[in-house]
Amino acid sequence: MILLVPELNAGKLRPNAREIVTAARALSAIGGEIHALLLGPGAASAGADMAAYVSHVHVCEDAGFEPFRADVWTAAVAKTASDLGAKVVILPASRSGLSYAPRVAVRLGAGLLEDVIEVESDGATVGAKRFTYLSRVTENSRSVSLPVVISVKVNILNPAAPAARAGQVATITLPIDATASRVEVLSQAKASTGGVSLEEASIVVTGGRGMGGPEGFAKLIEPLAGSIGAAIGATRAVVDAGWRPYSDQVGQTGKSVAPNVYVAIGVSGAVQHLSGMNRSKTIVAVNKDKDAPIFKVADYGIVGDLNDVVPEMIKLLKT
Amino acid sequence: MKICTVLKQVPDAEASIRTSGTGVDLAGVTFVMDGMDEYGVEEAIRLREAGHEAEIFTLALGPKRFEEAIRTSLAIGCDRAIHIETDEALDVITQARILADAVQKEGADLVFVGGKEADWDSSALGPALAEALGWPHLDWTTKLVLTGTTIEATHDTDSGNESVKLSLPAVITTQQGLNEPRYPTLPNIMKAKRKELRKATLADYAAHAPLTKIAGEAVQVKARLNKILTGDAPETAKQLITLLRDEAKVI
Repeated sequence: MILLVPELNAGKLRPNAREIVTAARALSAIGGEIHALLLGPGAASAGADMAAYVSHVHVCEDAGFEPFRADVWTAAVAKTASDLGAKVVILPASRSGLSYAPRVAVRLGAGLLEDVIEVESDGATVGAKRFTYLSRVTENSRSVSLPVVISVKVNILNPAAPAARAGQVATITLPIDATASRVEVLSQAKASTGGVSLEEASIVVTGGRGMGGPEGFAKLIEPLAGSIGAAIGATRAVVDAGWRPYSDQVGQTGKSVAPNVYVAIGVSGAVQHLSGMNRSKTIVAVNKDKDAPIFKVADYGIVGDLNDVVPEMIKLLKT
Repeated sequence: MKICTVLKQVPDAEASIRTSGTGVDLAGVTFVMDGMDEYGVEEAIRLREAGHEAEIFTLALGPKRFEEAIRTSLAIGCDRAIHIETDEALDVITQARILADAVQKEGADLVFVGGKEADWDSSALGPALAEALGWPHLDWTTKLVLTGTTIEATHDTDSGNESVKLSLPAVITTQQGLNEPRYPTLPNIMKAKRKELRKATLADYAAHAPLTKIAGEAVQVKARLNKILTGDAPETAKQLITLLRDEAKVI
């Protein structure tokens, strides 16, 4: 059987829950049913939603699962996977998922297929595609055996449709071992992207060094993003200069995004930045330098001064 | 206290990546220490400069060419190095198990690992190593303060960032912003040549069979439309919005 571990956001399923269902269904050769484990406050009501997609949902409402702590989640997921005899564990490759999936793999003696974009199985092993070398290469990896732990790149797979028959929801208890929670969270700060996380956003508007300063973001990027419901991203140069928080950064050391539309304003397109966005479905660029590398990956672009072009775009998008 | 910095040598980001046959062809590529590992080396040295008495050793698992990056870490200030030399492309979980055995044999209280590898685009090594050691880990660390054996740190999360507290021993994975890595100076590069670089082989550590294998690699670039408009701002903006609405149908 296959165990999914979807994530909750304020007690609701994140959209990537349906993406990992798609991954699980692509592995039908594994055999057995698809189960899901939901952890933390809101798990019970989200469990009812999840039951539309899988045959069994195990929910544990324990408040100790929030905020996310890698060792607490590792213990709960590894125990559930062992108890159920899971051959495959699938979870979203969010920052949290990337943080605890390797630990679950080590604990289960399983292989890890990390940040994958496609999966298939012959029943005895699992094959996956993933990006490497700063997203310039597509690698085919294959597990030598089972079990295997898979983290699925967010916003790549199509969301699954509900199953023919709704599954069952069962409440379980998972003791949180004091020794398993060795990292104490003192405080949290939310990023500026609002409700939509950069990785999940269907449109991202990113400003680069060409914005000239934080006021460029306030005057141009924020209204442009607002007019199309986009999340805001930034380049390394921008966050290093302190114009935007590090959490807005898209690129090798920031977030890796693949939205429907990626709008790069005043972004030159360094390799490290491209690695975080070159898998976006449609890329739009505005830059005054016609030779900027960003135009090589752009579907649509304007060579021009962003201070002239962006206000025109905002005006048109508001009508 | 003993601090271990794990490092990899990777293609320079500006190097163009080619494939030949079914795999990436790295012939003729310029290699550098992974930028994310530089933060770990720098942070270890800063801890010592801040008054923590520490021996700092570099630990690397990979082919012979890694020596260059290892020497760089010695020139920056690490005291000695262990190079487990192998040409095998071991999967990250197997690597973590071998490195965990090495860390246990050397003894260490704090291990730094690069937050994301620039060749395999993987961020799994740090968490997997921590699990294999039975230690906690903190990833994407942007700020670290060590007091006695307690770490107070800030790291990036899905929704922003958070401040946390944990005790040694621990594995810390790095993130840009943690520090500004220094360059090695010429006298230190000369001195580093006399520092210990111990060679080891996989046979020196507990055997672990690979769990996943690379079956093939291909450079795949998504074909782009490259419709680039030039001219007057209101006119090009209008054309662009029309293309996005009517042709791409994305807004």
